[in-house]
Amino acid sequence: MTGAQPNRLPTGGRVDRSRPLGFRFDGNALQGFAGDTLASALIANDVQLVGRSFKLRRPRGIVGSGAEEPNAILQIGEGATAQPNLRATQVPLRDGLVARTTRGWPGVRFDVGAINDTFGRLLGAGFYYKTFMYPRAWWKLYEHAIRRSAGFGAAPTAPDPDCYEHMNAHCDVLVAGGGPAGLMAALTAAKSGARVILADEQNEFGGGLLACTDQVDGAPAAEWVAAVVDELGDCADCTLLPRSTVFGYHDHNFLTIAERCRDHPDGSADAFSATNRPAAGDDSTAGRQHDPRNGRTAKGPDDHPDSGAAAGHHQDTVQPVKERLWRIRARQVVLAQGSFERPLVFCNNDRPGVMLASAVSTWINRYAVLPGRRAVVFTNNDSAYRAALDLTEAGAEVAAVVDSRRGGAGELGRKALDLGIPVLQGHVVSDVAGRQRVSGASIARWAGDGWATVKPTMRIDCDLVVMSGGYSPAVHLHSQAGGQLDWDESQLGFLPAKSVQANVSAGAGNGKSSLAECLADGVRAGAETVSKLGLEPSPIEAPAAGNIDENPIEALWRVPAVRDADRCPKQFIDFQNDTSVADIKLAVREGYRNVEHVKRYTALGFGTDQGKLGNINGMAVLADILGKSIPEVGTTTFRPAYTPVSFGVGAGESVGELYEPVRKTAIHEWHEAAGAPMEVVGQWHRPWYFPRDGEDMHAAVARECLAVRNSVGIMDASTLGKIDAAGPDVVEFLERIYTHDVGLMKVGRCAYGIMLGEDGMLMDDGVMARRGEHRFYLTTTTGGAANVLDWLEKWLQTEWPELQVYLTSLTEHYSTIAVAGPHSRRVLDKLGCDIALDNESFPFMRMKPATLAGIPVTLFRVSFSGELAYEINIENSLALAMWEKLMDAGREFEITPYGTETMHVLRAEKGYVIVGQDTDGSVTPVDLGMNRLLSNEKDFLGKRSLRRPDCLREDRKQLVGLLSSDARTVLPEGTQLIDEAGSLARGHRRAKRPAWRGSQLGHRSREPIPMCGHVTSSYQSACLGHPIALALVAGGQSRKGATIHAALPGRDPLPVEIVAPVFYDAGGQRQHV
Amino acid sequence: MLLIDCPWCGSRAETEFSYGGEAGIVRPADPDALSDAEWADYLFNRTNPRGAHRELWNHAQGCRRWFGVERDTVTYRIARSFTLPDAAGAADGGVERDFETGDPTDAEPGDRR
Ligand SMILES: [Zn+2]
Repeated sequence: MTGAQPNRLPTGGRVDRSRPLGFRFDGNALQGFAGDTLASALIANDVQLVGRSFKLRRPRGIVGSGAEEPNAILQIGEGATAQPNLRATQVPLRDGLVARTTRGWPGVRFDVGAINDTFGRLLGAGFYYKTFMYPRAWWKLYEHAIRRSAGFGAAPTAPDPDCYEHMNAHCDVLVAGGGPAGLMAALTAAKSGARVILADEQNEFGGGLLACTDQVDGAPAAEWVAAVVDELGDCADCTLLPRSTVFGYHDHNFLTIAERCRDHPDGSADAFSATNRPAAGDDSTAGRQHDPRNGRTAKGPDDHPDSGAAAGHHQDTVQPVKERLWRIRARQVVLAQGSFERPLVFCNNDRPGVMLASAVSTWINRYAVLPGRRAVVFTNNDSAYRAALDLTEAGAEVAAVVDSRRGGAGELGRKALDLGIPVLQGHVVSDVAGRQRVSGASIARWAGDGWATVKPTMRIDCDLVVMSGGYSPAVHLHSQAGGQLDWDESQLGFLPAKSVQANVSAGAGNGKSSLAECLADGVRAGAETVSKLGLEPSPIEAPAAGNIDENPIEALWRVPAVRDADRCPKQFIDFQNDTSVADIKLAVREGYRNVEHVKRYTALGFGTDQGKLGNINGMAVLADILGKSIPEVGTTTFRPAYTPVSFGVGAGESVGELYEPVRKTAIHEWHEAAGAPMEVVGQWHRPWYFPRDGEDMHAAVARECLAVRNSVGIMDASTLGKIDAAGPDVVEFLERIYTHDVGLMKVGRCAYGIMLGEDGMLMDDGVMARRGEHRFYLTTTTGGAANVLDWLEKWLQTEWPELQVYLTSLTEHYSTIAVAGPHSRRVLDKLGCDIALDNESFPFMRMKPATLAGIPVTLFRVSFSGELAYEINIENSLALAMWEKLMDAGREFEITPYGTETMHVLRAEKGYVIVGQDTDGSVTPVDLGMNRLLSNEKDFLGKRSLRRPDCLREDRKQLVGLLSSDARTVLPEGTQLIDEAGSLARGHRRAKRPAWRGSQLGHRSREPIPMCGHVTSSYQSACLGHPIALALVAGGQSRKGATIHAALPGRDPLPVEIVAPVFYDAGGQRQHV
Repeated sequence: MLLIDCPWCGSRAETEFSYGGEAGIVRPADPDALSDAEWADYLFNRTNPRGAHRELWNHAQGCRRWFGVERDTVTYRIARSFTLPDAAGAADGGVERDFETGDPTDAEPGDRR
């Protein structure tokens, strides 16, 4: 069959017959031409069946020719680059393309689920909600089975190897849509001197003009389009973005566009040429400037045969960008997205071979494919007559035009009669025959009542039913922008009304129907926007195009059938979601009235449709049933995205190594060389532990802990936040921030400081030191550094501007090396220190500038391990050298580098909390037993809150230590604590259900047990030889010695004893030696 | 994504800023003198209007300065930005100024509507 293309017309269209392209569809090798979409190539090859419907598994064919296509939702590509759920009508054909249907098992021709159709009456609206509700625990099973049988496309499991990128741009006027109105609006704006971006979702500009037989300015429409595009290209500040869908209209005229850079017929080059870029750099708010030729996402390999230098995760080849996300801030927006043709709602209107009239004209005129040989055209308006004329012109037989209107059409109707096309006025197509392809249409008289029953008067054999129910302006972006909609009774559609952002609508999307009107409306919109920008609109006249007289459209929302809507064959409103008239009736019967509720209950407008095809028909049928008008029922909310957007383009460059910034300390390379696994804390990569000779983490941490307790360890603490606070009012300022008496600190003193939110909850902690009369050095937690600086600045700038204090972050400028353990002083002595380090000269909680090994440092005698310890603050550039000197000097004491895990164990043994681990924003310093840090002499942030009744409750969760009764079990952090084992105890359980293994079903049968707390930190303590844990327990501080229980999954609750949260050296002597 | 006028840097995208809640919440001079209810009012209650809302923003990824913005909570339209009273302003009771005109804004600092 390759090369046959039985439905290809011998001449015409915008395909290149000299460039055949091979592709595969469900394993079959087929051929199309350059210029085809996948859909047009499938029609050329007479492929009728492109999928099975979502719920009823009915065979489905191609209905539309653009973004509205509901059925031809295919999986494109294979392996890691496969893309699920693409509309074949929007996939340009390229050589070697592989496509397959995603719905139907084992295949679309024979589908086991098609039995659903037979029992379709049982599968009404809300079926899933009603049937699969109970028991709730089984929902997971149901959901899995439902999803598999629905057969949506499969997401690839391997990482996406393709390149995506984001681009920021600014413009005066963004024009969304490159049809007649969009082109004229862009031309008018560009000629007036505005900076313009014109984006269109198709491969070529022109929109409907590409499938149009009319003349514009005396030339064929497509030729006129080419001339205008050339003219726009010559404008200095006009960026043309074909293959680019404006999919989101966000606040303050911020719009998002997805550009498919590789959708060229040859499948390679990037459309983004140097002559075609937005002017940039003259706008202070411009985003980063990105030259695709220089970046890692340079143009195709053909353009750069020798550019192997690209960075990123593709090391061997420079990859062309697959898709680009444009983030555009536009001063004015012209929305010219055209309109969507509506289907008509008759029995079996979903059979393959039932198509929209506009799609049929597009297949014939643009792609030179003939979708049928003998057609019945069914319409309630004039536009479908064009399809009848096009079909006749292309050599097909139009058996009849069935027009519901007694008066028929205007000028186009006379043309049809001239060509000898039979026209049946005042008739409707009430049903179609054929299952996998249309074989005939039943015709009935139309008396004006959609809910009456009718008897067909004749049946016409045909292989194509062409339908047109009128046009709905594509108001999606206008509505996303917050704009209102008005119902237009003469056009039977919602038109864009008042805008709330800087946008205007034009063309078919603004309710204009004739070509001449659309062209003129584009000029108007262009001139209007440039006037708002303060520019003089260039005097441009809309080109001449024939205006033909048309008869008005007639409302025909539901076509009468042989039986009422519940019993007649299905009349589909939303093909993709299998929503029929009967479903909407059922929803109303079950009490749904609001259009948003009906939408959710029936799934109307879900999926890729998002209100494109079935929306208005659905509203109209609902209004009819409720006895209301359509504007009374209203429409549903339009939200981004207008068409589905790939995850890849959403992520852009932010994948792999570029997912988020990596912060490394000055000593990082030493840690890496030592083989330390890294723990990521607030983007910092911190060594977790330093394994030796095949040690696992537990062994390494135990060894590191014992080294610190018995000899000396060394840790890179550079990631702690460091802030210099200086100024005449610094003491007053810090008194208000910290809870202790800052003013009492003498120069050279250190203090452990905590700060609270105004709600009294612990916010951050750290050692702070007084470096001078008016200068302090503050440290924060690693993760809290930025927040604390913001917090301090906020108070200074918004509340206390009279305080003269200057804050400077030093986090990135200084490294901190902690040397901890009984031998730490000897290590420093050995290196040579210019100050005396003995306990009398340099006692605990002091800081001093010093020279260590000839290098200037600031020494802090502070300890986070409870041992004699020093923290060495040193300029980044000298930190690695200092670390290596310390390792050398410490060799005789077996100085041991340790990581964050050991640090955590050591501090837990001392009962020091980690903010954010042992606290969670609902913990006061009183809960933590830190009362001695709270000054009675002054006010500080959060102090008043500590007297709130809730903070005075005696059953607040308070910090305690826990010891496992078996002295073996390390409680998982987060373990729930309960007072009594209750019904979880074994004896109780055995009587009820001997084989219970702790499954969720088992839990459901038991009484809930109130928890009294949870474990926040838990480790095996190497120096104590048993597990230790910190926990928050209700009223815990007064329950020392009590036994409570830890609820452990899959085993008996474990008794645990409440103890003081200090497990080691409770007197604190070791740090004072 | 909002476009916010920083009084010191000009118009920038929302992603450069962090939000600071309602403007004009003044910390009580003597918290100890307040009843629990009065303190809770300062702590938790905000006007949360439908319409014009005066709020604090910080140009966190720019000049790091705090300033005020009047934004409509329905349309998200921003009427203006204003600077907060500086040390001199605080001394004379505090004067907010519209950053474009330099005129004092109509609202007194701490004015809670
Ligand atoms: Zn700024």
